[in-house]
Amino acid sequence: MGQVSITVNGAEHILELEPRELLVYVLRERLGLTGTNVGCDTSSCGACTVLLDGESVKSCTLLGVQVDGHEITTIEGLATNGTMHPVQEAFHEQHGLQCGYCTPGFIMAAVSLLDETPNPSEEEIRHALEGNLCRCTGYQNIVRAVQAAAGVEV
Amino acid sequence: MATITELEVGRVVGAPLDRKEDAALLTGQAKFVDDMSLPGMVWMAVVRSPYAHARIAMVNVDGALAHRGVIAAFSGDELADEWQASLPCAWLPTEDTAQPNHRPLAVDEARYVGDGVAVVIAESRSEARDAAELVQIDYDPLPTVIDAEKALEDGSPLVHEEFGTNRCYTWALSAGAVEEEFVRADVTLKERYRQQRLIPNAIEPRGVIVQPFPATGELTMWSSTQVPHIARVTLSMVTGVPEAKLRVVAPAVGGGFGSKLNVYAEEALALVLARRLGRPIKWIEQRSEGYQSTTHGRDQIQEIELAATSEGKIRAVRAKLTVNFGAYLQLVTAGTPLLGAWLYSGAYDVAAYDFECTGVFTNTTPTDAYRGAGRPEATYAIERAVDALARKLGKDPLEIRRLNFLREFPATIASGLTVDSGDYDAHLDAALEILDHDDIRRQQSERRERGDTKQVGIGFSTYLEMCGLAPSRVLGAIRYGAGGWDAATIRFLPTGTVQVLIGTSPHGQSHVTTFSQIVAERLGIPYDDVEVLHGDTAVAPLGMDTYGSRSLTVGGVAAYHAAERIIDKARKIAAHQLEVGEDELEYENGTFSGNGNSLTTKELALQAWTAHNLPDGMEPGLEASFVYDPPNFSWPSGTHIAVVEVDTETGDVDLIRYVAVDDVGSVINPRVVEGQIHGGVAQGIAQALWEEAVYDEDGNLVTGSMMNYMVPSAAELPSYELGRTETPSPTNPLGVKGVGETGTIASTAAVMNAVVDALVPFGVTDLDMPATPERVWRALEEART
Amino acid sequence: MIPAPFDYEVAESVEHAVELLGSREDAKVLAGGHSLIPLLRLRFTRPALLVDIGRIDELRYVRDAGDKLAIGGMTRHHNVQHDPLVQEHCPVLSYAAGLIGDPQVRHRGTIGGSLAHADPAADFPAVLTALEAEVVIRGPEGERTVPVGGFVTGVFDTVLRPQDVLTEIRVPKLGPTGWSYLKFTRRAQDWATVGVTAIVRRSNGTVDSAAIALTNMAPKPVRAKAAEQALTTPNDIEAAAEASLEGTDPPSDTQGSADYRRHLARVLVRRALGEAISS
Repeated sequence: MGQVSITVNGAEHILELEPRELLVYVLRERLGLTGTNVGCDTSSCGACTVLLDGESVKSCTLLGVQVDGHEITTIEGLATNGTMHPVQEAFHEQHGLQCGYCTPGFIMAAVSLLDETPNPSEEEIRHALEGNLCRCTGYQNIVRAVQAAAGVEV
Repeated sequence: MATITELEVGRVVGAPLDRKEDAALLTGQAKFVDDMSLPGMVWMAVVRSPYAHARIAMVNVDGALAHRGVIAAFSGDELADEWQASLPCAWLPTEDTAQPNHRPLAVDEARYVGDGVAVVIAESRSEARDAAELVQIDYDPLPTVIDAEKALEDGSPLVHEEFGTNRCYTWALSAGAVEEEFVRADVTLKERYRQQRLIPNAIEPRGVIVQPFPATGELTMWSSTQVPHIARVTLSMVTGVPEAKLRVVAPAVGGGFGSKLNVYAEEALALVLARRLGRPIKWIEQRSEGYQSTTHGRDQIQEIELAATSEGKIRAVRAKLTVNFGAYLQLVTAGTPLLGAWLYSGAYDVAAYDFECTGVFTNTTPTDAYRGAGRPEATYAIERAVDALARKLGKDPLEIRRLNFLREFPATIASGLTVDSGDYDAHLDAALEILDHDDIRRQQSERRERGDTKQVGIGFSTYLEMCGLAPSRVLGAIRYGAGGWDAATIRFLPTGTVQVLIGTSPHGQSHVTTFSQIVAERLGIPYDDVEVLHGDTAVAPLGMDTYGSRSLTVGGVAAYHAAERIIDKARKIAAHQLEVGEDELEYENGTFSGNGNSLTTKELALQAWTAHNLPDGMEPGLEASFVYDPPNFSWPSGTHIAVVEVDTETGDVDLIRYVAVDDVGSVINPRVVEGQIHGGVAQGIAQALWEEAVYDEDGNLVTGSMMNYMVPSAAELPSYELGRTETPSPTNPLGVKGVGETGTIASTAAVMNAVVDALVPFGVTDLDMPATPERVWRALEEART
Repeated sequence: MIPAPFDYEVAESVEHAVELLGSREDAKVLAGGHSLIPLLRLRFTRPALLVDIGRIDELRYVRDAGDKLAIGGMTRHHNVQHDPLVQEHCPVLSYAAGLIGDPQVRHRGTIGGSLAHADPAADFPAVLTALEAEVVIRGPEGERTVPVGGFVTGVFDTVLRPQDVLTEIRVPKLGPTGWSYLKFTRRAQDWATVGVTAIVRRSNGTVDSAAIALTNMAPKPVRAKAAEQALTTPNDIEAAAEASLEGTDPPSDTQGSADYRRHLARVLVRRALGEAISS
């Protein structure tokens, strides 16, 4: 077991972790942040996407011990003082979710995308989301949500 | 043409309101099964057979029991006495349907890779997983059979020795002078299609938590399920837990698409083990595990024959299915293909009809409902055959469709059911316009003339869907084990907000939003004052849950009728308190006026609750229930058009445009409707171009994970162009027809027709699904030689 | 989904990593983790010890080294894709990096890790083979440099010994060349069914020399020398495409059969060469 310090949504946590504990389970079970979901076991679906030092990563493909000293942002950390992040707002306004299970992963991926590419084209958005899978929406409204969050008229 | 929509439309119903469901989901606050934890909770892991067919010679759990954190471990044999009944099969379509005894853990024989053989319970998820590896099992492998047609051959290995055959049943439906029509037809054709096996792959894996209350014998089960009510009644039968002591809750559920329209071994195991051990038990499916242990979709061979005039008028349709059921009958395994039994003539007016379906056992994961459940298969067969007929006659596929459309409604179709309403020319015209059909055809011929590497193909699918499952009498007549009604209870609380308790169980379909719209409008109260509660058998009225595009058409109508009853009662109280006759009262948007005064429904709710001044003999309270049994199925229809670009060198198929014009009757929330169509279309396209669950000949699932089972991403799909026509259903006061599965039902045929259309000049007239680049290349190569 | 248990140590330096790798039987390097952790999760591998080299900042760089670029082994795909030096001096590498997996994978996966893992379907090994890159390895006996052509020895197999750490990849600057990387996939996030790297040097309208490498056409990246020959004498793209199959041994799997891959390779070589020559 090793002791690590991980800052999650701005709060520092000191944790005793087994090396094999995946980051996604550290977040969900050690810290009770169950918004980040597990959808597969082959790093294919992206439901577990969080931000690591501001960049989107699949938290199922990281060990908790690897992010000692780093900053994680999860879906729970996006809203500020009860006001939703523009990306969350856009998903709501564009009906970009149905069952909602993949949604936190998509939102974090979108936040990272817009951080790197503030004005993505539709094609760029679709490619940037190639690592996130949804079964409910057929993606159309997810793409619209990202466009709307980028300030495009949809 | 269609008639009345009694509901006042305009204020809330028909408006594209934002969803109530979103806030919790967008912020990570929604509770899916794996988000839940109970004090003292332990973890269950299932040990599964790596053989498709084997005798279980020995199960030794000692190694697992010795592992740190393990509190119990059992073989199938040790739990055999816990089961009062087989895992449920709700539909035995014929009297002689072979129904195997399906135990939650196999005892003597494992019959598919993934069949549960032992179970381990430990203090943590990881300990259960580690200990599961220590269970020692001796298997004697037996011969396997994987393919349904091979399983019907003489000498095939038998999945269930006791039946002496792998044939589960044969079911037939015949109407009209079919043989005669084929004999005298100007032209006949016979096509053979393969509906490949699919994996529904909801993004949330399955999971269950059971909490026992040993003192009372009560148990609460949270399950990622589409069917909490069905689960309760059937699991009571399987486990012996009295139904009244069993509470089943569907929390937030991350999609189902039919794969969670089921009652599973793990649910039964968790119940029995929680009862036995007196501790809460949790089981969460690992994805690759779920690929083996959660039901698959489709998997049938279809033979369809058309008898037609030289003009192209279809006189008769004959369809024959051989369906791979897998090793066991799960809830609707046997009946799923039959849900399409009446629809192999599609949207067309034919004189004679013959349908036969044979279900077959093999050593594979059981198949069951998957979005569309029987109707995508039917639409695929008839829509591909219609294109084949057009090619045979040298005619335009649109011409053949128009020549054969049903036009006079209500229309009794050859298979015997009555389609209540529709206008197929309207959606076909609308779709062609959105597409700019002439322009695409021009592009196509230009490319053909130039001999471009990338050729264009256009495919149509003019579908008729049958949903809103279902009139209970019809279900009885076809031997389905339950009814098709649904229920709503509306409780108008004294402070003016309303609870709507529904029997359907949404998992992404926005019932909370749309049912709020229906009830708010009818009661004349703000949309935000309506709370819709669902999915918990302790709260909801008895209902039949969510599948088969039934929730709005049956459940929504129940809610509407319950609201009507509320208004009726409120009217009586208002008349009494305003001292006028009921017929002298005016009612508009929640306010009763008469005699110079008025009372709102909200005020009347308080009056009903205090009961200080109610008409003689009236029961206090403003609460009403309605159980609605639909008199007919509902009949959405539509035209979908796919345009593909095929790289004739690599075989790569790119879907460049997709047009969908659907008639789903009246619409409560157009945004929700569009979302359902987007999602449905994506799944149907995926069947045409990407997905296939592949077994090797030993019964190993080769496409064993999301790495090589091709669920497409946003990068693979285009934006869809939607339109809508509307012929309100005359069968229900909302005029609704349902939309949950129409996208999937329509799209597979549209895309495959497009691919074939692109390749026809090269001599290719048929292609199996999925149209992978390799398949396209091979078809082109074969046609060349 | 839950790996079997293992121990974990953080390497403070490359020397420390080498030492840790020697401290246990069955120790493995953890770099980006996007090849290793998937294997751990499905329990396809059960190392006793993971040595995390992710904190050795000295392994993350892209430097101008005269006629080459020096890329630290821990440089992430995202950074290889966006680094101005790579974009300028080795654009084919930047382009290929942008096609690996998906954005989340590219934020974590490393060029050293990809090469060390040697998946026949991975993009970098084949592209680096066409580029005639070199691999710098540090081990208990010190440092050595190996040409990338001899680095991969088979499926998931390289010349790396148990205590070795891949520290740097040296890539010749391309100079004025035409290039193309064609990656054929079923879905955007998938491994290459087949990939083709083509780099050509031209003068006076003819091709002087070419480097062609194939992804996923054999257990190791294939340097299509016969194709390169056929192209330069006498500039026959069709002949080069035909000859590109020499030395290949493509797999058959759910993405495609060996036959199909052979056909695809021919088509893609032709197209890649066409693109490279005209770019």
